[in-house]
Amino acid sequence: MSRLLRHARHVIGENPVTLAAFGLLLVFVLLAIAGPALAPYDPLASDAAHKLEAPSRAHWFGTDQVGRDILSRVMTATRLDFAISLSAVALSFALGSLAGTCAGFFGGWTERIVSRIVDTIMAFPLFVLAMAIVAALGNTITNVVYATAIINLPFYARMARAETNVRREAGYVEAARLAGNVPARVVALHIFPNCLPPMMVQVSLNMGWAILNAAGLSFIGLGVRPPIPEWGIMVADGAAFMVSGEWWVALFPGLALMLAVFCFNLLGDALRDIIDPRRRI
Amino acid sequence: MRAIPLLAVDDLSVEFRTRDGVVRALEHVSFTVGRGETVGIVGESGSGKSVTALAILGILHPSARVTSGHAVFGGLDLLTAGEDRLREYRGRELSMIFQNPRTALNPIRPVGRQIEDVLRRHANLARARVRDRAIALLRQVQIADPVRAYHAYPFELSGGMCQRVMIALAVACSPALLIADEPTTGLDVTTQAAILELIGDLAAQSRMAMILITHDLALVGERCDRIVVMHAGHVVEIAPTAELFAAPRHPYTARLIASTPRPGVTLADLRPIPGMVPDLRGALPPCRYRARCERALPACEEPPLPRLTLGAEHTVACRVPLRLEGSTLLPAPVRCDDTR
Repeated sequence: MSRLLRHARHVIGENPVTLAAFGLLLVFVLLAIAGPALAPYDPLASDAAHKLEAPSRAHWFGTDQVGRDILSRVMTATRLDFAISLSAVALSFALGSLAGTCAGFFGGWTERIVSRIVDTIMAFPLFVLAMAIVAALGNTITNVVYATAIINLPFYARMARAETNVRREAGYVEAARLAGNVPARVVALHIFPNCLPPMMVQVSLNMGWAILNAAGLSFIGLGVRPPIPEWGIMVADGAAFMVSGEWWVALFPGLALMLAVFCFNLLGDALRDIIDPRRRI
Repeated sequence: MRAIPLLAVDDLSVEFRTRDGVVRALEHVSFTVGRGETVGIVGESGSGKSVTALAILGILHPSARVTSGHAVFGGLDLLTAGEDRLREYRGRELSMIFQNPRTALNPIRPVGRQIEDVLRRHANLARARVRDRAIALLRQVQIADPVRAYHAYPFELSGGMCQRVMIALAVACSPALLIADEPTTGLDVTTQAAILELIGDLAAQSRMAMILITHDLALVGERCDRIVVMHAGHVVEIAPTAELFAAPRHPYTARLIASTPRPGVTLADLRPIPGMVPDLRGALPPCRYRARCERALPACEEPPLPRLTLGAEHTVACRVPLRLEGSTLLPAPVRCDDTR
């Protein structure tokens, strides 16, 4: 374990961009955990006397149309946005890689069925599919998570299938079978861990997409409902005021969203390097 | 009268269904391996040596089919046994050393853990003792710093070290039969000798039977009790090592010996075997060496391929085997400008 930590420190220290990405991640994680406690104002308290105020010393990010402090709302929203995207990605990673690995390892009918399901999902414009799922299942946050998980599923399934396929006849897999291991053990111990490094890049990129997707759904009024602070809704609210010059209402939640996606995109390669022991030189 | 052999391969035939037709990779292959005996299987690339090993172990490619035969090992026919029975045998009674140790080790698992996997699967050891046993095995295969190697990943070890780890894995549960498929290809010459020495010693110590698969006749000459010569999916000759070298009876064996580098022979004296291993698709004459054979007679076209017993342990599949002074029957040296 200490070896892994040391290696992680090495990977992070090696590249300043990675360091920045991890720093950013740390900030977001901190906000997700302690955001509501750290926020200077109550994110839901409106104050009609101070509506639509530009950024000032009292309100660093300004206030919105009902006088709520935007900084507090952006900070509070972190937890919700991260919770949605993290659970969606975890769900699609677990299901997608399980289905893909089985398809790649067993081939035949398993592979055909998994591939056709994946193709069916991919045949729809993904965002529209997510909209349809939320609309059909009901307008709740849980359903936003399911929808996001379903539209991300094909990426994991395809990748896991391809990676497993390449390794199915690798020498060490043959050797593991020859040592008398059952197929499930061969997959779990020898094939899947070897597929993990490239999959980690996908997980990280997907986190960014999942956040965008959740925000996108909220932007068009699905999933999270006002007055709950969420970056997508806040951007949607602020969009109306852009034309009249109140730029800060949309800008700051948008900026948070952008930084979060940016952070996860940068993180991908670093995560792979940490997981792959071959990079430990 | 010989004792019951450890492994008796009898009439084994394997074919591959490919897009271009059926490839009859093995036909009527029969041989035995006694307890503690080392048997070499030699032949050119494509003669079916590896397919024989994979068939015995039951890990042939899905496109392959065993069309006839038995491989009886300790009373169990490996070719018809269920997957569950085979799993109990693999790794414990039967194990294999692969051609390329680099690809045969899991690249992202420390080698010590990989040895422990096998021990946990088959050996009845207390959890705490598994680690000690793994390190002891690494020491047994003469790795200089076994504790360090225990924690190392395969990419941190040299090719020779990886092969030693492979050997440790293969002998971890003291199998009754070890199959070594070209165990030294890809290693440099000094390492080759050391690795073979090691395998030989381990086999001798634990009275382990071994099948050594190689295209290098010089290699089997030193290590094996008996030699099985294969050509194009047929066993053409089986004989005790000394007898085979002294008096090869099949023209292919004689050619193979004549083409093997040995002390006192210059490159120009080596005679390559004319022709190539035939395409195994479609119709073939009963003797698959016929097209390359300088002794071929019209009678060689007629089935069946005879199997002559020329002594207690010497069999040959040829209608017109060489006589005892056989090697003199070879024609004058062939020009070998086109070889390395």
